[in-house]
Amino acid sequence: MSELLQQIVNGISLGSIYALIALGYTMIYGILRFINFAHGDVFMVGAFIGYYSAPRIIALMGGNLLMAAPAVLLITMLGCSVLGVAIEKFAYRSLRSRPKLTVLITAIGVSFFLEYGGQLVFGPDPKLFPQLIPSGSIINTEHVVIGTNSIVVIVTALALMMLLRFIVFNTKMGTAMRAVSFDHRVASLMGINIDTIISFTFILGSSLAAAAALLFASVYPSINPLMGIFPGLKAFVAAVLGGIGNLTGAALGGLIIGITETFVSGYISSSFRDAIAFSILILILLFKPSGILGHHEREKV
Amino acid sequence: MRVHKSIIFLASAVTVSFLAMLFENRLNPYYYQIAIYVGINIILASSLNLINGFAGQFSLGHAGFMAVGAYTSAVITTELQIAGNSILYAPIFALALLSGGVVAAIFGLIVGIPSLRLKGDYLAITTLGFGEIIRVIVQNLDFLGGARGFTGIPKISNFFWVFSITAVLIFLIRNLINSTYGKAFLAVRDDEIAAEAVGISSTRVKVIAFVTGAFFAGMAGALYANFVTYINPAQFSFLKSFEIVVMVIIGGMGSILGVILSAILLTILPEALRSVAQYRMVIYSLLLIVIMITRPRGLFVLPRFGKHKILSKSGM
Repeated sequence: MSELLQQIVNGISLGSIYALIALGYTMIYGILRFINFAHGDVFMVGAFIGYYSAPRIIALMGGNLLMAAPAVLLITMLGCSVLGVAIEKFAYRSLRSRPKLTVLITAIGVSFFLEYGGQLVFGPDPKLFPQLIPSGSIINTEHVVIGTNSIVVIVTALALMMLLRFIVFNTKMGTAMRAVSFDHRVASLMGINIDTIISFTFILGSSLAAAAALLFASVYPSINPLMGIFPGLKAFVAAVLGGIGNLTGAALGGLIIGITETFVSGYISSSFRDAIAFSILILILLFKPSGILGHHEREKV
Repeated sequence: MRVHKSIIFLASAVTVSFLAMLFENRLNPYYYQIAIYVGINIILASSLNLINGFAGQFSLGHAGFMAVGAYTSAVITTELQIAGNSILYAPIFALALLSGGVVAAIFGLIVGIPSLRLKGDYLAITTLGFGEIIRVIVQNLDFLGGARGFTGIPKISNFFWVFSITAVLIFLIRNLINSTYGKAFLAVRDDEIAAEAVGISSTRVKVIAFVTGAFFAGMAGALYANFVTYINPAQFSFLKSFEIVVMVIIGGMGSILGVILSAILLTILPEALRSVAQYRMVIYSLLLIVIMITRPRGLFVLPRFGKHKILSKSGM
């Protein structure tokens, strides 16, 4: 029983990280109708921005983690947003009217560019991520250890998701985003600047990926330039599972993937960990391709 | 007339690869190895071209099928080698190659039937997923060596095997594309709904392309395993799939000659540029982005008349 509780908490904490990344996939898909394969690598770059900036900021704040962590978060979000907007501007913008396949291949190209460019810039060997969340545990019994970091991860992720919901549903920018995702042409006739909205979407998505990176690296402190591949793919699966284009769905999908994965590696075998998300993806695409909360889109001639 | 010419092409290519085999011992071993890799990569890229370029189904799991073929042939040749009869080498290896292809084709069918209902992005990520699942399964199978890999595979692949199979594949693709079936492939690629409207079963076409592609990827895997003599699951990760995809895209999706040329180029180039090896993948990915933005039909797509002339002269 106590082990079950432990697994559930770990699963939710991992799942909320996946959810943050999945939200980025789902928003960009909602606006541009393509999968931004490079999203997982923006996440990776976020972890490295944190790695390089955290020690300096902690020193600047005199070792006060409570002050330093939000500052690192802001800087990482800013860095990733710049990267995300740059990727959109240089790689995707000129391809907007091209066939989907062209954009997909470009996105894969960008993804590999960041991964291998990262190996050149940061070095291929894993690095130890500095501690941003004070160590310790909230519950510590013989069987159950719930660390501060799991709780911080869950609370931060929840807060960011609420903030995102507020931006998308209660601000002018969010209304414009939803209008663009509904119909580009009509939205631009209503005086909405499509380019601005797309850039804004990339800023939101990349910021969430940045936050996810810091949380992920705080739980699994070994970071390397290829670390974005699997969290990225799994978060994508989460987005599809929840119904791509749907914000609540992405969060739900992330939690399901996180919990399933934790259970499989806890109770069956950790060597099947990376295959589990793909198996879920294949099942969902077979039986309900629109995802749990998505709605079916019919193709017309 | 065309069939005639292509049969002549096939016969002469097989003869040439047989003759080349007789002289292969005189070749510098390093160049020999590169030449074999060139052949294997042409098979991989051309078979993926059948799926990506001709049928228009973007697959990212080709390395998975290669792995299936490699392990199948590794098991067969290693088990039967115990009999140790050198006269039986050729038929045994032919059997192993065929089984490698057939088992990979069966996997292609299993993967293809559910996933080919999907399109574009979804298909890409599902095939990638299947490729990874195959790799994880192999990693957990102890009799295949697991993550440690499979050692002691007899070294049988040579010029004859590699280049005859390359020739057969090119012959097949060339004839397929000019047949009614091939026209159906192109129709599905260009507009699936319109193809359905004129009575083409798009699912059938996609599955045929996928299974044939998987079959040859399996053969390529078998040739590879029986050349390097040691394989492990990490060699068949999706990075390998990506490498094959890059060959197809740089060559031009749907261009037979372009893909052959780019497979040759992308096998030799990294060897020539060993000193800057760490930049290889960065250059690949940049190349991919730039080509997609500026020349989405590939680097080697020639003007229409030029292409026609070259191909018909060589009998392809």
